[in-house]
Amino acid sequence: MKVPKNLYYTDTHEWVKVDGDKALIGITDFAQNELGEIVFVELPEESDPVEKGEEFSAVESTKAASEIMSPVSGVIVEVNNELEEAPELLNEDPYKYWIVKIELEDESELETLKDADAYQKLIEE
Amino acid sequence: MHKYLPHTEADIKAMLDAIGVERIEDLFAEIPDSLKDFEMDLPKAHSEMELRKHFRELAKMNQPLIPFAGAGAYDHYTPSIIPYLIERQEFLTAYTPYQPEVSQGTLQYVFEYQTMITELTGMDVSNASMYDGATATAEAMFLAQATRKKNRVLVSATLNPYVRDVIDTYAHAKGIEVVTLPEVDGASDFSALEGSLDDDTAALIVQSPNVYGVIEELEGVKETLKQKKALLVVNQDPSTLAYLKPPADHGADIVVGDAQPLGIPLYFGGPYIGYMAATKKLMRKMPGRICGATEDTDGRRAFVLTLQAREQHIRRDKATSNICSNQSLMALFVTIYLSLMGVKGLKDVQKTSYNHAHYLYENLKGLKQFEAPFERPFFKEFTLRTTLDAEKMNQALKEKGYLGPFAHGTYDASKADLVTFAVTEKRTKEEMDELIRILGAL
Repeated sequence: MKVPKNLYYTDTHEWVKVDGDKALIGITDFAQNELGEIVFVELPEESDPVEKGEEFSAVESTKAASEIMSPVSGVIVEVNNELEEAPELLNEDPYKYWIVKIELEDESELETLKDADAYQKLIEE
Repeated sequence: MHKYLPHTEADIKAMLDAIGVERIEDLFAEIPDSLKDFEMDLPKAHSEMELRKHFRELAKMNQPLIPFAGAGAYDHYTPSIIPYLIERQEFLTAYTPYQPEVSQGTLQYVFEYQTMITELTGMDVSNASMYDGATATAEAMFLAQATRKKNRVLVSATLNPYVRDVIDTYAHAKGIEVVTLPEVDGASDFSALEGSLDDDTAALIVQSPNVYGVIEELEGVKETLKQKKALLVVNQDPSTLAYLKPPADHGADIVVGDAQPLGIPLYFGGPYIGYMAATKKLMRKMPGRICGATEDTDGRRAFVLTLQAREQHIRRDKATSNICSNQSLMALFVTIYLSLMGVKGLKDVQKTSYNHAHYLYENLKGLKQFEAPFERPFFKEFTLRTTLDAEKMNQALKEKGYLGPFAHGTYDASKADLVTFAVTEKRTKEEMDELIRILGAL
Protein backbone atom coordinates (compact mmCIF):
# COMPACT_ATOMS: atom_id res chain seq x y z
CA MET A 1 0.00 0.00 0.00
CA LYS A 2 1.60 3.26 -1.11
CA VAL A 3 1.94 6.12 1.39
CA PRO A 4 4.01 8.93 -0.16
CA LYS A 5 6.19 10.87 2.27
CA ASN A 6 5.44 14.43 1.12
CA LEU A 7 1.71 14.38 1.97
CA TYR A 8 -0.51 14.94 5.00
CA TYR A 9 -3.14 12.35 5.90
CA THR A 10 -6.42 12.08 7.82
CA ASP A 11 -7.88 9.29 9.94
CA THR A 12 -10.65 9.06 7.33
CA HIS A 13 -8.16 8.27 4.53
CA GLU A 14 -7.89 11.53 2.63
CA TRP A 15 -4.53 12.97 1.61
CA VAL A 16 -3.48 16.62 1.41
CA LYS A 17 -0.75 17.99 -0.81
CA VAL A 18 0.21 21.56 0.05
CA ASP A 19 1.17 23.90 -2.76
CA GLY A 20 1.76 27.43 -1.47
CA ASP A 21 -1.52 28.67 0.06
CA LYS A 22 -3.50 25.98 -1.73
CA ALA A 23 -3.93 22.29 -1.08
CA LEU A 24 -4.91 19.36 -3.28
CA ILE A 25 -7.19 16.79 -1.66
CA GLY A 26 -7.62 13.17 -2.70
CA ILE A 27 -8.21 9.71 -1.29
CA THR A 28 -5.42 7.33 -0.31
CA ASP A 29 -4.33 4.10 -1.92
CA PHE A 30 -5.72 2.30 1.12
CA ALA A 31 -9.11 4.03 0.64
CA GLN A 32 -9.41 3.14 -3.06
CA ASN A 33 -8.36 -0.42 -2.34
CA GLU A 34 -11.00 -0.79 0.39
CA LEU A 35 -13.71 0.74 -1.80
CA GLY A 36 -12.96 -1.40 -4.84
CA GLU A 37 -14.03 -0.41 -8.34
CA ILE A 38 -15.07 3.25 -8.16
CA VAL A 39 -18.04 4.10 -10.37
CA PHE A 40 -18.95 7.64 -9.37
CA VAL A 41 -17.45 10.67 -7.69
CA GLU A 42 -19.87 13.32 -6.48
CA LEU A 43 -18.09 16.61 -7.02
CA PRO A 44 -18.76 19.87 -5.15
CA GLU A 45 -18.98 23.24 -6.88
CA GLU A 46 -16.15 25.68 -7.32
CA SER A 47 -16.12 28.63 -4.89
CA ASP A 48 -18.10 26.66 -2.29
CA PRO A 49 -16.66 27.12 1.20
CA VAL A 50 -15.76 24.02 3.26
CA GLU A 51 -15.01 23.47 6.93
CA LYS A 52 -12.45 21.04 8.25
CA GLY A 53 -14.23 17.74 8.85
CA GLU A 54 -17.17 18.66 6.63
CA GLU A 55 -18.38 16.23 3.99
CA PHE A 56 -17.76 17.81 0.58
CA SER A 57 -17.83 14.88 -1.77
CA ALA A 58 -18.81 11.23 -1.97
CA VAL A 59 -17.23 8.33 -3.75
CA GLU A 60 -19.34 5.42 -4.84
CA SER A 61 -17.96 2.02 -5.72
CA THR A 62 -19.60 -1.22 -6.78
CA LYS A 63 -19.68 -2.30 -3.14
CA ALA A 64 -19.95 0.85 -1.02
CA ALA A 65 -20.47 4.58 -0.92
CA SER A 66 -18.29 6.73 1.23
CA GLU A 67 -18.25 10.40 2.17
CA ILE A 68 -15.11 12.44 1.68
CA MET A 69 -14.40 14.83 4.55
CA SER A 70 -12.38 17.94 4.06
CA PRO A 71 -9.07 17.73 5.97
CA VAL A 72 -8.82 21.53 6.03
CA SER A 73 -11.01 24.64 5.97
CA GLY A 74 -11.10 27.03 3.04
CA VAL A 75 -12.71 27.68 -0.31
CA ILE A 76 -12.82 25.18 -3.17
CA VAL A 77 -10.98 26.90 -6.00
CA GLU A 78 -10.84 24.02 -8.43
CA VAL A 79 -12.66 20.74 -8.98
CA ASN A 80 -11.16 17.84 -10.92
CA ASN A 81 -13.89 17.48 -13.53
CA GLU A 82 -11.99 14.62 -15.18
CA LEU A 83 -13.45 12.37 -12.47
CA GLU A 84 -16.98 13.03 -13.65
CA GLU A 85 -16.49 10.96 -16.79
CA ALA A 86 -13.67 8.75 -15.50
CA PRO A 87 -14.13 8.01 -11.77
CA GLU A 88 -11.94 4.90 -12.11
CA LEU A 89 -8.89 7.19 -12.26
CA LEU A 90 -9.01 7.21 -8.46
CA ASN A 91 -8.34 3.46 -8.57
CA GLU A 92 -5.61 3.76 -11.17
CA ASP A 93 -3.50 6.37 -9.43
CA PRO A 94 -5.06 7.80 -6.25
CA TYR A 95 -2.15 10.18 -5.60
CA LYS A 96 -2.03 11.61 -9.12
CA TYR A 97 -5.76 12.28 -9.38
CA TRP A 98 -6.92 14.78 -6.79
CA ILE A 99 -10.58 15.63 -6.19
CA VAL A 100 -10.51 19.31 -5.25
CA LYS A 101 -8.08 22.16 -4.78
CA ILE A 102 -8.75 24.24 -1.68
CA GLU A 103 -7.46 27.66 -0.82
CA LEU A 104 -6.30 27.27 2.79
CA GLU A 105 -7.94 29.45 5.38
CA ASP A 106 -5.72 28.45 8.30
CA GLU A 107 -2.41 26.75 7.61
CA SER A 108 -2.05 25.73 11.25
CA GLU A 109 -4.81 23.16 10.64
CA LEU A 110 -2.21 21.12 8.75
CA GLU A 111 -0.47 20.42 12.05
CA THR A 112 -3.51 18.45 13.21
CA LEU A 113 -3.08 16.01 10.30
CA LYS A 114 -0.99 12.84 10.24
CA ASP A 115 2.35 12.50 8.46
CA ALA A 116 3.16 9.49 6.30
CA ASP A 117 4.64 7.44 9.14
CA ALA A 118 1.70 7.99 11.45
CA TYR A 119 -0.74 7.17 8.64
CA GLN A 120 1.21 4.05 7.72
CA LYS A 121 0.85 2.92 11.31
CA LEU A 122 -2.90 3.64 11.25
CA ILE A 123 -3.57 1.47 8.22
CA GLU A 124 -1.41 -1.36 9.55
CA GLU A 125 -3.51 -1.59 12.68
CA MET B 1 -64.45 -19.41 11.91
CA HIS B 2 -65.23 -16.15 10.11
CA LYS B 3 -64.96 -16.24 6.32
CA TYR B 4 -62.39 -13.42 6.23
CA LEU B 5 -60.38 -14.62 9.27
CA PRO B 6 -58.71 -17.90 8.42
CA HIS B 7 -57.77 -19.04 11.95
CA THR B 8 -59.76 -21.75 13.72
CA GLU B 9 -60.27 -21.77 17.47
CA ALA B 10 -57.63 -24.50 17.62
CA ASP B 11 -55.17 -22.35 15.63
CA ILE B 12 -55.71 -19.44 17.97
CA LYS B 13 -55.30 -21.59 21.06
CA ALA B 14 -52.06 -23.08 19.69
CA MET B 15 -50.66 -19.59 19.07
CA LEU B 16 -51.70 -18.30 22.49
CA ASP B 17 -50.15 -21.34 24.16
CA ALA B 18 -46.91 -20.83 22.25
CA ILE B 19 -46.47 -17.30 23.57
CA GLY B 20 -47.85 -18.13 26.99
CA VAL B 21 -51.02 -16.06 27.30
CA GLU B 22 -54.51 -17.28 27.97
CA ARG B 23 -56.79 -15.04 25.99
CA ILE B 24 -56.42 -12.67 23.02
CA GLU B 25 -57.49 -9.80 25.30
CA ASP B 26 -54.30 -10.40 27.34
CA LEU B 27 -52.27 -9.17 24.37
CA PHE B 28 -53.84 -5.75 24.86
CA ALA B 29 -53.30 -5.56 28.62
CA GLU B 30 -51.05 -2.51 28.17
CA ILE B 31 -53.93 -0.41 26.88
CA PRO B 32 -55.85 1.25 29.72
CA ASP B 33 -59.41 -0.06 30.19
CA SER B 34 -60.79 3.46 29.84
CA LEU B 35 -59.65 3.45 26.21
CA LYS B 36 -61.13 0.05 25.54
CA ASP B 37 -64.49 0.79 27.03
CA PHE B 38 -66.53 1.95 24.08
CA GLU B 39 -69.05 0.52 21.70
CA MET B 40 -68.77 0.85 17.97
CA ASP B 41 -72.03 1.74 16.33
CA LEU B 42 -71.67 -0.47 13.29
CA PRO B 43 -74.48 -1.62 11.05
CA LYS B 44 -75.01 -5.35 10.69
CA ALA B 45 -72.85 -7.24 8.22
CA HIS B 46 -74.21 -7.13 4.66
CA SER B 47 -74.55 -9.87 2.11
CA GLU B 48 -73.01 -9.27 -1.31
CA MET B 49 -76.42 -8.45 -2.75
CA GLU B 50 -77.15 -5.94 0.00
CA LEU B 51 -73.74 -4.35 -0.42
CA ARG B 52 -74.17 -3.91 -4.15
CA LYS B 53 -77.57 -2.28 -3.58
CA HIS B 54 -76.07 -0.01 -0.92
CA PHE B 55 -73.28 1.19 -3.21
CA ARG B 56 -75.66 1.64 -6.14
CA GLU B 57 -77.67 3.97 -3.97
CA LEU B 58 -74.57 5.85 -2.86
CA ALA B 59 -73.52 6.20 -6.53
CA LYS B 60 -76.90 7.74 -7.32
CA MET B 61 -75.99 10.62 -5.02
CA ASN B 62 -73.23 11.66 -7.44
CA GLN B 63 -74.23 14.59 -9.55
CA PRO B 64 -72.37 14.49 -12.88
CA LEU B 65 -71.29 18.02 -13.73
CA ILE B 66 -69.74 19.55 -16.83
CA PRO B 67 -66.47 20.97 -15.52
CA PHE B 68 -65.12 24.43 -16.23
CA ALA B 69 -62.71 24.22 -13.30
CA GLY B 70 -59.09 23.16 -13.50
CA ALA B 71 -56.50 24.41 -11.01
CA GLY B 72 -54.38 21.31 -11.42
CA ALA B 73 -56.79 18.68 -12.75
CA TYR B 74 -58.14 18.82 -16.30
CA ASP B 75 -61.00 17.07 -18.04
CA HIS B 76 -59.30 15.68 -21.15
CA TYR B 77 -60.66 12.78 -23.16
CA THR B 78 -59.51 9.26 -22.26
CA PRO B 79 -59.40 6.94 -25.28
CA SER B 80 -61.22 3.75 -24.32
CA ILE B 81 -58.29 1.50 -25.21
CA ILE B 82 -56.35 2.80 -22.18
CA PRO B 83 -58.60 1.54 -19.37
CA TYR B 84 -58.98 -1.69 -21.33
CA LEU B 85 -55.23 -2.23 -21.51
CA ILE B 86 -54.26 -1.13 -18.00
CA GLU B 87 -56.97 -3.33 -16.51
CA ARG B 88 -55.22 -6.43 -17.79
CA GLN B 89 -54.41 -8.35 -14.64
CA GLU B 90 -50.68 -8.51 -15.43
CA PHE B 91 -50.66 -4.73 -14.95
CA LEU B 92 -53.55 -4.06 -12.60
CA THR B 93 -52.88 -6.51 -9.82
CA ALA B 94 -49.13 -6.98 -10.09
CA TYR B 95 -46.99 -5.76 -7.24
CA THR B 96 -43.32 -5.02 -7.92
CA PRO B 97 -41.45 -8.18 -7.05
CA TYR B 98 -38.44 -7.76 -4.79
CA GLN B 99 -36.29 -8.84 -7.71
CA PRO B 100 -37.71 -6.18 -10.05
CA GLU B 101 -35.74 -7.39 -13.07
CA VAL B 102 -38.05 -10.41 -13.19
CA SER B 103 -40.72 -8.02 -14.48
CA GLN B 104 -39.12 -6.95 -17.74
CA GLY B 105 -42.44 -5.75 -19.12
CA THR B 106 -43.03 -3.39 -16.20
CA LEU B 107 -39.51 -2.04 -16.39
CA GLN B 108 -39.83 -1.55 -20.12
CA TYR B 109 -42.96 0.58 -19.93
CA VAL B 110 -41.46 2.60 -17.10
CA PHE B 111 -38.38 3.13 -19.29
CA GLU B 112 -40.63 4.28 -22.15
CA TYR B 113 -42.52 6.57 -19.77
CA GLN B 114 -39.24 8.17 -18.64
CA THR B 115 -38.21 8.66 -22.27
CA MET B 116 -41.48 10.44 -23.05
CA ILE B 117 -41.19 12.71 -20.01
CA THR B 118 -37.65 13.72 -21.00
CA GLU B 119 -38.83 14.39 -24.56
CA LEU B 120 -41.64 16.65 -23.33
CA THR B 121 -39.58 18.55 -20.75
CA GLY B 122 -36.28 18.56 -22.63
CA MET B 123 -34.50 17.39 -19.49
CA ASP B 124 -31.74 14.76 -19.34
CA VAL B 125 -33.38 12.27 -16.99
CA SER B 126 -36.80 11.41 -15.58
CA ASN B 127 -37.49 9.15 -12.65
CA ALA B 128 -40.04 6.34 -12.73
CA SER B 129 -42.78 8.75 -11.49
CA MET B 130 -44.01 9.94 -8.11
CA TYR B 131 -47.29 9.96 -6.19
CA ASP B 132 -48.71 13.25 -7.47
CA GLY B 133 -47.75 16.71 -8.63
CA ALA B 134 -47.78 18.28 -5.19
CA THR B 135 -45.50 15.74 -3.51
CA ALA B 136 -43.24 15.71 -6.58
CA THR B 137 -42.82 19.47 -6.16
CA ALA B 138 -42.01 19.07 -2.47
CA GLU B 139 -39.51 16.33 -3.35
CA ALA B 140 -37.92 18.74 -5.85
CA MET B 141 -37.44 21.15 -2.95
CA PHE B 142 -35.64 18.38 -1.01
CA LEU B 143 -33.48 17.62 -4.02
CA ALA B 144 -32.48 21.28 -4.32
CA GLN B 145 -31.78 21.49 -0.60
CA ALA B 146 -29.63 18.35 -0.64
CA THR B 147 -27.68 19.46 -3.70
CA ARG B 148 -27.04 23.03 -2.64
CA LYS B 149 -26.86 22.24 1.09
CA LYS B 150 -28.97 25.38 1.66
CA ASN B 151 -32.07 25.63 3.79
CA ARG B 152 -34.05 28.41 2.16
CA VAL B 153 -36.39 28.05 -0.79
CA LEU B 154 -38.20 30.76 -2.76
CA VAL B 155 -41.68 29.89 -3.95
CA SER B 156 -43.59 32.06 -6.36
CA ALA B 157 -46.91 33.44 -5.09
CA THR B 158 -48.51 32.15 -8.29
CA LEU B 159 -47.95 28.51 -7.40
CA ASN B 160 -51.15 26.52 -6.87
CA PRO B 161 -52.05 27.08 -3.18
CA TYR B 162 -52.65 23.39 -2.57
CA VAL B 163 -49.21 22.52 -3.89
CA ARG B 164 -47.85 25.26 -1.67
CA ASP B 165 -49.57 23.67 1.34
CA VAL B 166 -47.77 20.39 0.68
CA ILE B 167 -44.46 22.23 0.26
CA ASP B 168 -44.99 23.98 3.59
CA THR B 169 -45.75 20.67 5.30
CA TYR B 170 -42.63 18.99 3.89
CA ALA B 171 -40.47 22.05 4.60
CA HIS B 172 -41.61 22.19 8.22
CA ALA B 173 -40.41 18.63 8.83
CA LYS B 174 -36.95 19.36 7.42
CA GLY B 175 -36.52 22.84 8.83
CA ILE B 176 -36.52 24.52 5.42
CA GLU B 177 -37.48 28.18 5.31
CA VAL B 178 -40.04 28.85 2.57
CA VAL B 179 -40.14 32.43 1.33
CA THR B 180 -42.75 33.78 -1.11
CA LEU B 181 -41.66 35.58 -4.25
CA PRO B 182 -44.42 38.19 -4.79
CA GLU B 183 -46.75 38.34 -7.79
CA VAL B 184 -47.69 41.26 -9.99
CA ASP B 185 -50.59 41.31 -12.48
CA GLY B 186 -51.13 37.56 -12.35
CA ALA B 187 -47.50 36.51 -12.78
CA SER B 188 -44.39 36.10 -10.66
CA ASP B 189 -42.67 39.41 -9.97
CA PHE B 190 -39.22 38.51 -11.25
CA SER B 191 -38.05 42.09 -10.76
CA ALA B 192 -38.08 41.21 -7.06
CA LEU B 193 -36.06 38.05 -7.61
CA GLU B 194 -32.57 39.45 -7.22
CA GLY B 195 -33.51 41.15 -3.96
CA SER B 196 -35.18 37.99 -2.64
CA LEU B 197 -32.14 35.78 -3.21
CA ASP B 198 -29.44 35.32 -0.66
CA ASP B 199 -26.49 32.99 -0.07
CA ASP B 200 -28.73 30.49 1.73
CA THR B 201 -31.24 30.15 -1.11
CA ALA B 202 -31.29 26.65 -2.62
CA ALA B 203 -33.91 27.18 -5.32
CA LEU B 204 -36.82 29.08 -6.82
CA ILE B 205 -39.99 27.09 -7.41
CA VAL B 206 -42.26 28.54 -10.07
CA GLN B 207 -45.33 27.17 -11.84
CA SER B 208 -46.14 27.75 -15.51
CA PRO B 209 -48.87 28.09 -16.60
CA ASN B 210 -49.48 29.34 -13.09
CA VAL B 211 -52.52 29.19 -10.80
CA TYR B 212 -54.16 31.97 -12.84
CA GLY B 213 -53.48 30.04 -16.05
CA VAL B 214 -50.89 32.63 -17.05
CA ILE B 215 -47.78 31.49 -18.91
CA GLU B 216 -44.84 32.74 -16.83
CA GLU B 217 -42.09 34.58 -18.66
CA LEU B 218 -39.06 32.61 -17.55
CA GLU B 219 -36.51 34.27 -19.85
CA GLY B 220 -33.57 35.52 -17.82
CA VAL B 221 -34.73 33.99 -14.54
CA LYS B 222 -32.01 31.36 -14.57
CA GLU B 223 -29.31 34.00 -15.10
CA THR B 224 -30.43 35.84 -11.96
CA LEU B 225 -30.58 32.60 -9.96
CA LYS B 226 -27.08 31.67 -11.12
CA GLN B 227 -25.62 34.63 -9.26
CA LYS B 228 -26.41 32.75 -6.04
CA LYS B 229 -26.15 29.28 -7.58
CA ALA B 230 -29.81 28.70 -6.77
CA LEU B 231 -31.62 26.05 -8.81
CA LEU B 232 -34.65 26.69 -11.02
CA VAL B 233 -37.54 24.33 -10.28
CA VAL B 234 -40.43 24.52 -12.74
CA ASN B 235 -43.83 22.99 -12.00
CA GLN B 236 -45.63 22.51 -15.29
CA ASP B 237 -48.68 20.74 -16.64
CA PRO B 238 -46.87 18.45 -19.11
CA SER B 239 -49.71 18.53 -21.64
CA THR B 240 -49.00 22.23 -22.27
CA LEU B 241 -45.53 21.22 -23.44
CA ALA B 242 -47.15 20.15 -26.70
CA TYR B 243 -46.77 23.82 -27.59
CA LEU B 244 -44.90 25.70 -24.88
CA LYS B 245 -41.13 25.95 -24.76
CA PRO B 246 -39.68 23.07 -22.71
CA PRO B 247 -38.46 24.15 -19.27
CA ALA B 248 -34.98 22.87 -20.19
CA ASP B 249 -34.74 25.77 -22.64
CA HIS B 250 -35.22 28.17 -19.73
CA GLY B 251 -32.37 26.47 -17.87
CA ALA B 252 -34.56 24.53 -15.46
CA ASP B 253 -32.64 22.20 -13.15
CA ILE B 254 -35.71 20.24 -12.03
CA VAL B 255 -39.09 19.97 -13.73
CA VAL B 256 -42.06 18.53 -11.87
CA GLY B 257 -45.81 18.45 -12.04
CA ASP B 258 -48.88 16.31 -12.22
CA ALA B 259 -49.22 14.23 -15.37
CA GLN B 260 -52.99 13.78 -14.86
CA PRO B 261 -53.71 16.06 -17.86
CA LEU B 262 -52.15 13.38 -20.08
CA GLY B 263 -55.49 11.63 -20.42
CA ILE B 264 -56.08 10.44 -16.86
CA PRO B 265 -59.77 10.96 -15.93
CA LEU B 266 -60.63 13.32 -13.09
CA TYR B 267 -62.04 10.35 -11.15
CA PHE B 268 -62.66 11.73 -7.64
CA GLY B 269 -59.27 13.38 -7.24
CA GLY B 270 -57.01 10.44 -7.92
CA PRO B 271 -55.06 8.33 -8.51
CA TYR B 272 -53.02 10.91 -10.39
CA ILE B 273 -49.31 10.80 -11.08
CA GLY B 274 -46.42 13.10 -10.29
CA TYR B 275 -43.50 13.36 -12.66
CA MET B 276 -39.97 14.56 -12.04
CA ALA B 277 -37.22 15.26 -14.54
CA ALA B 278 -33.82 16.82 -13.91
CA THR B 279 -30.43 17.60 -15.35
CA LYS B 280 -27.84 14.86 -15.56
CA LYS B 281 -25.93 16.62 -12.82
CA LEU B 282 -28.74 15.94 -10.33
CA MET B 283 -29.35 12.37 -11.49
CA ARG B 284 -27.62 10.70 -8.55
CA LYS B 285 -29.53 12.68 -5.96
CA MET B 286 -32.91 12.39 -7.63
CA PRO B 287 -35.49 10.68 -5.41
CA GLY B 288 -37.36 7.56 -6.43
CA ARG B 289 -36.32 5.01 -8.94
CA ILE B 290 -34.98 5.09 -12.46
CA CYS B 291 -35.26 2.29 -14.99
CA GLY B 292 -32.29 1.87 -17.25
CA ALA B 293 -31.73 -0.07 -20.45
CA THR B 294 -28.80 -2.42 -20.70
CA GLU B 295 -27.83 -5.79 -22.17
CA ASP B 296 -28.04 -9.17 -20.51
CA THR B 297 -25.25 -11.76 -20.63
CA ASP B 298 -26.48 -12.93 -24.03
CA GLY B 299 -26.36 -9.42 -25.45
CA ARG B 300 -30.15 -8.96 -25.52
CA ARG B 301 -31.74 -5.63 -24.62
CA ALA B 302 -32.83 -5.72 -20.98
CA PHE B 303 -34.14 -3.30 -18.37
CA VAL B 304 -32.98 -2.78 -14.79
CA LEU B 305 -33.64 -0.52 -11.85
CA THR B 306 -30.63 1.72 -11.63
CA LEU B 307 -29.05 4.50 -9.58
CA GLN B 308 -31.05 3.68 -6.50
CA ALA B 309 -28.47 1.76 -4.49
CA ARG B 310 -26.71 4.58 -2.81
CA GLU B 311 -29.65 6.63 -1.63
CA GLN B 312 -32.06 3.92 -0.77
CA HIS B 313 -29.98 0.99 0.35
CA ILE B 314 -26.45 1.86 1.38
CA ARG B 315 -26.79 5.37 2.74
CA ARG B 316 -30.42 5.69 3.72
CA ASP B 317 -29.69 8.29 6.36
CA LYS B 318 -28.01 10.49 3.74
CA ALA B 319 -30.78 10.03 1.20
CA THR B 320 -32.55 12.99 -0.39
CA SER B 321 -35.76 11.06 0.02
CA ASN B 322 -36.79 7.61 1.10
CA ILE B 323 -39.50 7.25 -1.50
CA CYS B 324 -39.00 3.70 -2.76
CA SER B 325 -42.03 3.46 -4.95
CA ASN B 326 -43.66 5.06 -7.95
CA GLN B 327 -47.10 5.45 -9.48
CA SER B 328 -46.57 2.59 -11.88
CA LEU B 329 -50.07 1.90 -13.19
CA MET B 330 -50.63 5.60 -13.90
CA ALA B 331 -47.21 5.76 -15.57
CA LEU B 332 -48.45 3.02 -17.85
CA PHE B 333 -51.65 5.04 -18.41
CA VAL B 334 -49.67 8.10 -19.46
CA THR B 335 -47.34 6.03 -21.64
CA ILE B 336 -50.25 4.48 -23.54
CA TYR B 337 -51.93 7.89 -23.86
CA LEU B 338 -48.85 9.53 -25.34
CA SER B 339 -48.20 6.53 -27.60
CA LEU B 340 -51.76 6.68 -28.94
CA MET B 341 -51.75 10.42 -29.38
CA GLY B 342 -48.32 10.84 -30.84
CA VAL B 343 -46.98 14.33 -31.39
CA LYS B 344 -49.81 15.26 -33.74
CA GLY B 345 -52.60 13.97 -31.51
CA LEU B 346 -51.24 15.70 -28.43
CA LYS B 347 -50.90 18.94 -30.34
CA ASP B 348 -54.44 18.60 -31.72
CA VAL B 349 -55.92 18.07 -28.25
CA GLN B 350 -54.03 20.99 -26.78
CA LYS B 351 -54.70 23.30 -29.70
CA THR B 352 -58.42 22.61 -29.44
CA SER B 353 -58.29 23.22 -25.69
CA TYR B 354 -56.42 26.47 -26.32
CA ASN B 355 -58.92 27.62 -28.91
CA HIS B 356 -61.92 26.73 -26.72
CA ALA B 357 -60.41 28.56 -23.75
CA HIS B 358 -59.79 31.66 -25.82
CA TYR B 359 -63.32 31.56 -27.26
CA LEU B 360 -64.81 31.42 -23.78
CA TYR B 361 -62.46 34.13 -22.52
CA GLU B 362 -63.41 36.57 -25.27
CA ASN B 363 -67.12 35.98 -24.71
CA LEU B 364 -67.12 36.13 -20.91
CA LYS B 365 -64.95 39.24 -20.95
CA GLY B 366 -67.71 40.91 -22.95
CA LEU B 367 -70.28 40.34 -20.18
CA LYS B 368 -70.86 43.11 -17.69
CA GLN B 369 -70.30 40.66 -14.80
CA PHE B 370 -66.69 39.98 -15.84
CA GLU B 371 -63.51 41.80 -16.75
CA ALA B 372 -59.93 40.78 -17.45
CA PRO B 373 -57.79 41.58 -14.37
CA PHE B 374 -54.59 41.42 -16.43
CA GLU B 375 -53.58 41.00 -20.05
CA ARG B 376 -51.26 38.02 -20.06
CA PRO B 377 -50.84 35.06 -22.40
CA PHE B 378 -52.63 31.94 -21.22
CA PHE B 379 -53.08 28.38 -22.46
CA LYS B 380 -56.29 26.52 -21.58
CA GLU B 381 -57.09 28.26 -18.32
CA PHE B 382 -57.77 31.93 -17.66
CA THR B 383 -58.69 34.24 -14.82
CA LEU B 384 -61.43 36.87 -14.73
CA ARG B 385 -62.53 39.38 -12.14
CA THR B 386 -66.22 39.14 -11.39
CA THR B 387 -68.78 41.39 -9.78
CA LEU B 388 -70.73 38.25 -8.81
CA ASP B 389 -70.39 36.45 -5.51
CA ALA B 390 -68.20 33.50 -6.56
CA GLU B 391 -69.79 31.05 -4.16
CA LYS B 392 -73.35 31.92 -5.22
CA MET B 393 -72.31 31.88 -8.87
CA ASN B 394 -70.89 28.37 -8.54
CA GLN B 395 -73.97 27.22 -6.66
CA ALA B 396 -76.19 28.53 -9.47
CA LEU B 397 -73.98 26.80 -12.06
CA LYS B 398 -74.11 23.56 -10.12
CA GLU B 399 -77.89 23.62 -10.19
CA LYS B 400 -77.69 23.88 -13.99
CA GLY B 401 -75.25 20.95 -14.20
CA TYR B 402 -71.96 22.86 -14.47
CA LEU B 403 -68.89 22.81 -12.26
CA GLY B 404 -68.00 26.48 -12.10
CA PRO B 405 -64.56 28.10 -12.14
CA PHE B 406 -61.92 27.79 -9.42
CA ALA B 407 -62.63 30.58 -6.93
CA HIS B 408 -59.46 32.16 -5.52
CA GLY B 409 -61.40 33.35 -2.48
CA THR B 410 -61.39 29.75 -1.25
CA TYR B 411 -57.78 30.17 -0.12
CA ASP B 412 -57.27 33.95 0.01
CA ALA B 413 -60.09 36.33 0.99
CA SER B 414 -58.32 39.22 -0.73
CA LYS B 415 -58.78 37.39 -4.04
CA ALA B 416 -62.53 36.76 -3.59
CA ASP B 417 -63.37 38.43 -6.92
CA LEU B 418 -60.99 36.30 -9.00
CA VAL B 419 -62.17 33.10 -10.70
CA THR B 420 -60.26 30.81 -13.06
CA PHE B 421 -61.95 28.86 -15.85
CA ALA B 422 -60.37 25.81 -17.47
CA VAL B 423 -61.49 24.57 -20.87
CA THR B 424 -60.46 21.40 -22.63
CA GLU B 425 -61.12 19.82 -26.02
CA LYS B 426 -64.11 18.06 -24.43
CA ARG B 427 -66.14 21.22 -23.93
CA THR B 428 -68.40 21.78 -26.90
CA LYS B 429 -69.41 25.12 -28.33
CA GLU B 430 -72.95 24.41 -27.11
CA GLU B 431 -71.72 23.86 -23.55
CA MET B 432 -69.66 27.06 -23.63
CA ASP B 433 -72.49 29.10 -25.12
CA GLU B 434 -74.86 27.75 -22.48
CA LEU B 435 -72.37 28.68 -19.74
CA ILE B 436 -72.06 32.19 -21.20
CA ARG B 437 -75.86 32.49 -21.30
CA ILE B 438 -76.30 31.32 -17.69
CA LEU B 439 -73.57 33.62 -16.37
CA GLY B 440 -74.88 36.56 -18.39
CA ALA B 441 -78.27 36.14 -16.74
CA LEU B 442 -76.93 36.12 -13.16
